[in-house]
Amino acid sequence: MAHLESVPMFWRRMKSLYSLIGVECLNCGKKYFPPRLICPECGGKEMKDYRFKGTGKVVSYSIIDVPPKGLKYQTPYGLAIVELDEGVRVTGQLVGCNLGEIKAGMRVETTFRKIIAVNKNGVIQYGYKFRPEGYPRINNGEKK
Amino acid sequence: MRNVAVIGVGMTKFGELWDYSLRQIFTMAAIEALEDAGCSNRDIEAFYVGNMSAGLFIGQEHLGALLADNAGLKNIPAMRVEGACASGGLALREAYLTIKAGEYDLVMVGGIEKMSDSPCTEDVTTTLGAAADQEWETFVGLTFPGAYALIAKAHMERYGTTKEQLAMVAVKNHKNGKNNPKAQFRREITIEQVLASGIVADPLSLLDCSPISDGGAAVILASEDMAKKFSDTPVWILGSGQASDTLALHDREDLTSLKATRLAAEKAYTAANMGPKDVNFAEVHDCFTIAEIVATEDLGFFHPGGGGKAVEEGLTEVDGKIPINPSGGLKAKGHPVGATGVAQVVSVVEQLRGEAHKRQVNRAETALTHNVGGSGATAVVHIFSR
Amino acid sequence: MMQNGICGIVGYGSYIPRFRIKIEEIAKVWGKDGSRIAKGLGVVEKSVPDMDEDTITIAVEAAKNALKVAEIDPSEINAIYTGSESHPYTVKPTASTVAEALGAVPCVTCADLEFACKAGTAGIQMCMGLVASDEIKYGMSIGADCAQGKPGDALEYTASAGGAAYIIGKNGCVAKIEGTFSFTTDTPDFWRRDGAEFPCHAARFTGEPAYFKHVIGGAQGLMDKLGTTINDYDYFVFHQPNAKFPLRTAISLQIPTEKLKEGLVVRHIGNSYSGSSLLGLARILDIANPGERILVTSYGSGAGSDAFSLITTDLLPEKRKNAPNVDDYIRLKEYVSYALYAKHRSKIRGI
Repeated sequence: MAHLESVPMFWRRMKSLYSLIGVECLNCGKKYFPPRLICPECGGKEMKDYRFKGTGKVVSYSIIDVPPKGLKYQTPYGLAIVELDEGVRVTGQLVGCNLGEIKAGMRVETTFRKIIAVNKNGVIQYGYKFRPEGYPRINNGEKK
Repeated sequence: MRNVAVIGVGMTKFGELWDYSLRQIFTMAAIEALEDAGCSNRDIEAFYVGNMSAGLFIGQEHLGALLADNAGLKNIPAMRVEGACASGGLALREAYLTIKAGEYDLVMVGGIEKMSDSPCTEDVTTTLGAAADQEWETFVGLTFPGAYALIAKAHMERYGTTKEQLAMVAVKNHKNGKNNPKAQFRREITIEQVLASGIVADPLSLLDCSPISDGGAAVILASEDMAKKFSDTPVWILGSGQASDTLALHDREDLTSLKATRLAAEKAYTAANMGPKDVNFAEVHDCFTIAEIVATEDLGFFHPGGGGKAVEEGLTEVDGKIPINPSGGLKAKGHPVGATGVAQVVSVVEQLRGEAHKRQVNRAETALTHNVGGSGATAVVHIFSR
Repeated sequence: MMQNGICGIVGYGSYIPRFRIKIEEIAKVWGKDGSRIAKGLGVVEKSVPDMDEDTITIAVEAAKNALKVAEIDPSEINAIYTGSESHPYTVKPTASTVAEALGAVPCVTCADLEFACKAGTAGIQMCMGLVASDEIKYGMSIGADCAQGKPGDALEYTASAGGAAYIIGKNGCVAKIEGTFSFTTDTPDFWRRDGAEFPCHAARFTGEPAYFKHVIGGAQGLMDKLGTTINDYDYFVFHQPNAKFPLRTAISLQIPTEKLKEGLVVRHIGNSYSGSSLLGLARILDIANPGERILVTSYGSGAGSDAFSLITTDLLPEKRKNAPNVDDYIRLKEYVSYALYAKHRSKIRGI
């Protein structure tokens, strides 16, 4: 799986992975994550960087028991489609709470974690995951 | 515009075919199709083959040329078509369009995937993850079952679809598969067995998921004049429709329906001058049990949210109101990814010719095949008739 | 080493992973009396990182909290130093990943530091120099670790994970640094050779000639330099390999225990190595009133101590509300068995 060890493929996406930086269409104002070159809505080609706040809610989630390569020791893990407060959706793992505490609709925020490191000698790829909003001031999944 | 017919079909058994390589498997299917059509390898004018990921599975690209060579199709135009799990259906459509446009009269369509040569399940999971957004879905941990699990969860939340109803899809398809000599699984299972088969991606258990399979399928398409030369029982393609949607599931408008399916079906129905009520049976893309339920809704057989109840009421059984996947579907027949779309045609043609034996659908006059790529980013629908 | 309070802590942040393992759970595996060991160390349980956490992720989280408290733009941070004994790479800095994650790139100097458990405080001194000389506006130093505990070794009971970040600047300080003093000698009490998985130590030698000599030397040396005495301080924070050592230090220096106990986070989270004294300090800053004086002395094996005299300002009570505090992290916990702990710390062969 060569692409999992490609340095440029990871490095190129760092700003988005580390800081949730997407774009905003200068023409119609629609926001996208990850960045796009052309706006599918209005066809506009001028985009500016937009940093998403990182807070949102879980739209749908699953518990993954059979993982892709590199995630064996994190399994089982929660995985969700999160709708960010700006209206854009992203997919990400859920951490910082027990699997049974994950609910559709729960409020979440981003956290910085290891995504994958396929072997002991390769580059470690970091990025965003989601945890209950207000962490660590949470109690059984509800904000204290 | 000319009419196009299927005049020959062939497929290998689907399963873990340890003894045969990718090229051997395809060649076997191609030989069967040529014999069934009664034409020789030298008659074929062009070749389209659907395959998702030979590059990642076995390090082999350039399948058009490789397989044309292996199947004895010398020097003809040959091309591999890729749209993840819809590769087979897309190859069919490409070939169909060329004949319709008058470019060729006799074309072979192939579908092939060799998945069991991968060193481990993890590698297969990651390769299949290439059908999703590799950078923003698979990378962060979404697997193929995971994507459909998210769809299942959303469908269950909105419509009250139950895990039991999902299991019933698997039970029905295994029952059908038992009567299909080419199927990977030929044993019946129970609802309890499905529910207890171990979670792959909650709420989907192992038996909610189609298997990892090897297999090949081939069909011969002909223009109307050519068809009459070779076949007494041509099966006509009345309509073909295709559509795409955002690759990432999180960019879709609605998690409980595949827009690409709805759009592709609309186009196919319009071209065939038919509606869902005119279809006698269908082979739909049940990569996971939830996918079959959603497909029957998107194809217009049942209203949105009604797919689960329909299975429960037996409407989609082989002797039901609208038989779905009488071949056993991807679930029991097997899902060698690139071959599936073409294998669906093989199953449909056998039914329409009245050659399906123990799994024969009564009054099989018209049929629909439905093939999806990834979690719904590509969909292709074809309508057939006797 | 003289400072005259021209710079201070503009923001600080902590992070402790939420998993815990009890001392008794570890002791069971080795056939030891867990409650006796826990009592002797003065430690109940220690923190354990999640499978996808490491020194870099902990450093980033602590740094983000520090930024929230400081209320400054990350691009104004022109130096980032990360001190740890468990940098994920031996070559490739933790600090540059932190800088990228914070948005402090590219106009920033970065380097990783190592001096056992005092690498983070050494970084604070480095920032002080750059800030006081007006070379930079703000500098950040982070002490964070996912400490390696050798199975069956005495230190396995306390080697934990956590980190704290400090932003140093001249303006907007929540605490002024009145001065710093360091006490260093070549004393090989605890070490880890390049490529070795677990550190080694010289058992009882790690006490008197190592920890106590340098911590007391550092604290006393700072007070001598500044002309302060024990009575001038409201709080004391010492490096905390366990609760016993800082308590004995307090007795030696005749420090009343009330002035020490608020900073003794080790009881609940173990020894987070480069995070240890910095997390203790963070807890004091979480609860101190304006105008209170803190003496913090870190200790790094090998050996040395960095001592700081701090005085809190009026800005502290409001600014510290911007981020979670140490108690928030201590309170959120999930216990794991030794088996799960071994999996999390890659102590199972084949992981």
